[in-house]
Amino acid sequence: MIKTLKYSFYDLARSNWTYLYMLFYLLTALSLLFLSNDLSRVIVSLMNIIIVLTPLIGMMLGTMYYYNTRDFAELLLAQPIQRKSVFLGQYLGLSLSMTLSFLVGLGIPFIIYGVLVSSEVWNFSMLLLVGVLLTLVFAALAFLVAAMFENKIKGFGVAIVVWLSLAVVYDGLFLLAMMLFESYPLENAALGITLLNPIDLSRILIMLKLDISALLGYTGAVFNKFFGTSLGLLVSLGALSLWVLAPLGLFLRVVKHKDF
Amino acid sequence: MIRLTFIAILLSTSLLADTLNVVPGSKLESIKVALNLARAGDVIQIAPGLYQEGQIIVDKAVTLLGIQYPIIDGSNESEIITVKANGVTIRGLQIQNVGTSYTEDRAGIKLDGVSDCVIQDNRLYNCFFGIYLKRSNDTRIINNEIIGEARFEMSSGNAIHLWYCKNISIVGNTVSHHRDGIYLEFVDESFISGNTSTNNLRYGLHFMFSDRDEYTHNVFKANGAGAAVMFSRDIIMRNNLFENNWGTASYALLLKEIYDGEITSNTFKTNTVGIYAESVNRLLIKNNDFKANGWALKIMGSCMDNKFTANNFYTNTFDLTTSGKSDYNTYTGNYWSEYTGYDLDKNGYGDVPYRPVKMFSYLVANVDASIILLRSLFIDILNFAEKVTPVFIPEGLVDPNPLMKPRP
Amino acid sequence: MIKINNLCKSFGKNHVLKGVDILIPEGNITAVLGPNGSGKTTILKILLGLVKPDKGNVFWKQRITHGDYSYRNKIGYLPQIARFPENLRVRELFSMIQDIRQQPSDLEPLLDAFKLRPLLNDRLRHLSGGTRQKINTVLTFMFDNDLFILDEPTAGLDPVAMIQLREIIARKQKEGKTILFTTHIMSLVQEMAQQIIFLLDGRIYFQGSVQELQKLHGEHNVERAIARILEVNEHEGVLDSVQPTASTL
Repeated sequence: MIKTLKYSFYDLARSNWTYLYMLFYLLTALSLLFLSNDLSRVIVSLMNIIIVLTPLIGMMLGTMYYYNTRDFAELLLAQPIQRKSVFLGQYLGLSLSMTLSFLVGLGIPFIIYGVLVSSEVWNFSMLLLVGVLLTLVFAALAFLVAAMFENKIKGFGVAIVVWLSLAVVYDGLFLLAMMLFESYPLENAALGITLLNPIDLSRILIMLKLDISALLGYTGAVFNKFFGTSLGLLVSLGALSLWVLAPLGLFLRVVKHKDF
Repeated sequence: MIRLTFIAILLSTSLLADTLNVVPGSKLESIKVALNLARAGDVIQIAPGLYQEGQIIVDKAVTLLGIQYPIIDGSNESEIITVKANGVTIRGLQIQNVGTSYTEDRAGIKLDGVSDCVIQDNRLYNCFFGIYLKRSNDTRIINNEIIGEARFEMSSGNAIHLWYCKNISIVGNTVSHHRDGIYLEFVDESFISGNTSTNNLRYGLHFMFSDRDEYTHNVFKANGAGAAVMFSRDIIMRNNLFENNWGTASYALLLKEIYDGEITSNTFKTNTVGIYAESVNRLLIKNNDFKANGWALKIMGSCMDNKFTANNFYTNTFDLTTSGKSDYNTYTGNYWSEYTGYDLDKNGYGDVPYRPVKMFSYLVANVDASIILLRSLFIDILNFAEKVTPVFIPEGLVDPNPLMKPRP
Repeated sequence: MIKINNLCKSFGKNHVLKGVDILIPEGNITAVLGPNGSGKTTILKILLGLVKPDKGNVFWKQRITHGDYSYRNKIGYLPQIARFPENLRVRELFSMIQDIRQQPSDLEPLLDAFKLRPLLNDRLRHLSGGTRQKINTVLTFMFDNDLFILDEPTAGLDPVAMIQLREIIARKQKEGKTILFTTHIMSLVQEMAQQIIFLLDGRIYFQGSVQELQKLHGEHNVERAIARILEVNEHEGVLDSVQPTASTL
């Protein structure tokens, strides 16, 4: 597994996509920092970008990478190594390269602007942590989708649908539910519903760290009470980890029984 | 001008009056004793030093004049100075440690039923109430520094507290760490200007049942809420700065049951809510800047005939929220940074009306918990959809002449 | 010896293998023939564990291969299409496979044989299909395997490389290795194969030596013999009733 990881990573480390991805975050962060010197506000703007685009890009690059390396995976599978090792290696290789692009792309501009010595350093770390977890979640979902659909067009279509469901549709239904049950105390239910969606959960986790949380009013206070405790943080990080492990496990199951 | 007249008055009286010198270690080392000796019109000069005296009652028209801020310490046991005569001047004292009481409103300096007094250039530290005026008129409170140590609303008092007063000037004071910075209840025709009110637990400035007052050029920063103006008429609020009144239940300016006033040329910056209005009528809101607030305006039920014009709205999370299905106020000729229209006839006003209420702010006003979706992609899409084809938001709630550029 | 028992496999409604029994003796060159879609590649992939059979077993060296992966360290596989990580260099690809297999390899002579030495530092994505196929061939033969599985090994190779390939196959056989390949080029079969397995519609239609095939159909040329089989079946249309015959092994 380490070997497939290593070579997947080598391969991706020279891919234009990797650098494009890094450049994207680098330029976004630089231009935002240039426009506003206020680190906290830049973090809010970046949060918006990260919770929308990291999943989308993770999903797209993930499916693309799986389809592109399918034939090569066949060659690897004919070697004396386990299937699990081949695919886990590829997944980790991709995740690692995307994570590094993300961290370097955002890290450099913020370090230049002195985030390390500012009071925002923890909020920024939270932003990075959440971004990395989202990358891992959506790369795993992408691999799962791609492994389930031999047809690339179908695969990409389903990948987009999965992203849309979690990024948009879920919140729509969430809102609808809140309006239907308006007369009940909704805070705890909202908390539960948020925990179930990695994008919502990430959004809330970052937002509660920022000044903007004051806008959340009473609901925000309930959320803060939960996420502010170490148990709450543990639960939410656990939920995000589960979002990585569950699709990854399913993906490995699918490829285990798959014909190549 | 005020200062000149003041000095003139001081000079003319001192010609006729005696001066008593209170000096520690001398024969006259007690302020209370000096007060006993003094006649109306006398000046009691207090030399530097520590005076552990409380319950000093000023019952004649004297001047208490501190030299280099003598310290009068109440040892947290009692009120320190109580003024019961007209025409008293208290100047240049450092008054400290009044101590909390749950049964009486103890103050650093209390004026009880008097008029024509001047409280100037004093420092009041750790006082339960700072300067307290009760049924007093025609008095000036100038350039005092009042810093409390308030921790809980229940057990703290206000820095400047006025009750049933008329024609009071509160000018150039710095008040912080009390319950309210400046509190006015049944106070009419008063003038509050150039004060800085910060870090107070509740409000920077608090008006109740007070009419025809004016407050200008004050700074309200980092208070529980900036200013709360309630049950009052004809208040003029001008050139004030409301900044960083930030917190879950925070406001820059809270208006409740207010009639016929004006809010002009104020700056509202990074507050959770810029102006929160409930039952506010016939107000003119003009030339204000709203910058980076959560909500710039939260206009709740039964606000009518208010006019919002020539204000600048920059990068607020929400520019305007209303709770009702209809809105009876006018919004016209404001600058909205989110406006994306065009100006073909080059008259400086956009040709397309601007709708300051976003779909999401409408939703949040109706279902509180939905705020949790703040900054979700779905919400952006929803806002966009509502902008293109308005369905929910009251048809009339538009700025028909949005400014293309911010008012300078 | 490779022993395949009652192998069945379907992809959806498409029954590719309908009960296939094969014996492949050690040290033989066996050609798997059949029209397109007859299941040749599927059999090879089942041998490699790339495709999981619905029914039936594969024994190699008296062990069931299913569920195991270590047995593949004695197999060299040449897939039909060669695709590699685009951004790696040729050299890195070789060292990667060496790294994965951790076995003694004999790379140098192969590089010379296929004239790949000047390309070692090129990125794989810049290479032509033919060159990729050569690299693929080198990857297959660089290790000392007992079994070589070649799926259309000649596809995309130029004549010079083709000669090299034939030589390598012949040499490996002399060394006592087992070789299994599919092809559409009958001259290659006639020249090299000792055993032919002919698949038709998911079943073994014929399994035996080249001579037997020739005898059976009265043709000296394998290509013609094959053509005849297909012709007859088309005319009669009774594929299912034709039982595998002359399976002498």
